[in-house]
This record gives sequence, C-alpha cells and structure tokens, in this order.
Amino acid sequence: MAVNPDLAGRVFDPVGPYEVGREKIREFERAVLAEGSREGAGIAPATFPIVLQDLALQALLAAPDTGIALERTVHAEQRFAYERGIVAGDLLTAQLSVDAVRTVGANALVTSSTVIRDAEGQTVITATSVLLVGAES
Amino acid sequence: MIAGIAVGDVVGEREVHLSRENLVRYAGASGDFNPIHYRDDVAARVGLPGVLAHGMLTMGIAIETVAGWIADHGELVEYGVRFTRPVVVDPDNGAVVVVRGVVGAVDEGAVRIDLTVTSDGVTVLGKAQARVRVTEPGDSNA
Repeated sequence: MAVNPDLAGRVFDPVGPYEVGREKIREFERAVLAEGSREGAGIAPATFPIVLQDLALQALLAAPDTGIALERTVHAEQRFAYERGIVAGDLLTAQLSVDAVRTVGANALVTSSTVIRDAEGQTVITATSVLLVGAES
Repeated sequence: MIAGIAVGDVVGEREVHLSRENLVRYAGASGDFNPIHYRDDVAARVGLPGVLAHGMLTMGIAIETVAGWIADHGELVEYGVRFTRPVVVDPDNGAVVVVRGVVGAVDEGAVRIDLTVTSDGVTVLGKAQARVRVTEPGDSNA
C-alpha cells in the first residue's frame, strides 16, 4: 500500500521519559568524532536528539495502516531547533506529529516534527525530519 | 555586523577517515542498527552500492567540525541538512569525508554557518547550515 494520506496531522502520544546519561553522551561524542577540547564539556553533541526522535518514530512505525515500512524508507532531510543543549540528567519525552504527506510518483515524502521536552514540560529541542517512503513492491 | 566575524571566514575544517568500525560505534551510540550500515549482503540485496555510513553520522561529524567555534562565540539555535548522496564505506579502504565550515551570513546577533561536506569529490550533505546566536564576538581565527 502507499503511505496513508490520513497520516497528515496525526499527533502521537509522547514517549519517555528517557534519562540522559553522562556516559551515553560520551559514547555519542566519540562516535561523531567530537574534538578533544569539546569532549566532556557537559552538553550533548548537536545531533544527539536523533536518539529521542528515533524513540518517537517507533510510535509512528508501530501504528497500523500507515503504509510506512522502515526497509523502504530513506532519510531525506533532518533539522534541529534548539532552545538549549541536552545535558546529562535530563529526563526527556519526545512527541511526534506528522506534519505532511506528499506523494511524489509512487513514493511519499513524510514530514514529521518531534518535540523533545524536559521534566518541567519545557521544550528543549524540536526535531524535524523528512522521510522518503518507497511504495510497496 | 558583528565585530570579528565576516562572511567568508572559515570556522572549521577537517578530513575524516571513516572505517567500518566508525559505523559500528555510531550504531551502538545512536541505536540505529539498520543492517545497510554493516551488512554487505543486505546492502547489495536492496540495490545499494555498498555498506553506507549513517546519514546522521555524517551530519554529526559535520557539525562537530565547527562545534568548538560555536561554543566560543555563542549558542547553536538551528542545524539542518539534506541527505543528498550516500557515503559508501569500503570494508578495507573505508571512506574519506571532507568538511569545511564557512560564515555564510551575518545579521543582528546571529551568524549562519554553511557546511560543505563531500566524499570522493561528491557533495553528500546539501544545504548543511547552522544558525548561531552570537554572544561572544571576537577573533574569528581563534
């Protein structure tokens, strides 16, 4: 099936809380080759929020009748808007909304926003992704 | 205008050699265990030219190239990229990713950094831009 156009506008329940660990931050720093002078400075690398977006994405992937399957999906675009950096000890939730579904031939561009909030409910980061979803063959 | 920062200033650059080990580390750190990032047979079966680096790994490597400059001058408020071409990581020779960050625009209290990210002469991240709110203008060559 093709991506369900009714998906646009759907807001999923927040997932979490995810407790940000200092050692996890360090592991991620090493993985993205953070420079020595910046490592261990306390703020998670700029792309760390992808971990939270991926958790929220699970809700979308688990929903029935979306027409989205990971093996037919390519990451087309990614953006992050930061209110502040993520730090060790943060207890975060992530809530995904599907902003738009645009058909391009047999494929679809699915744009979603994931709002990452802290324990006080304050928005920390908004992650926006565009996935190119191929048709089922 | 911001003192000490001009359009065209190079704020960071590096050449990174990626091996399959880098992909393993990133998979563990990020939780992205998509087998196209470690299984040659799976990559071939889905029609890919080889095992690919995670797009998000390349996005991370790019911004970390200028993270020091950003921390010295202010705060990152936005970062975005388009994944234009994949980075194929050969099992023996790996891949080389070249990153260069340049001040693309300066306005009231904020700077746009344009990141050029290539591998094997091909641009792999398009419209890779970071927006920095400047709080510490100063020597842009620091």
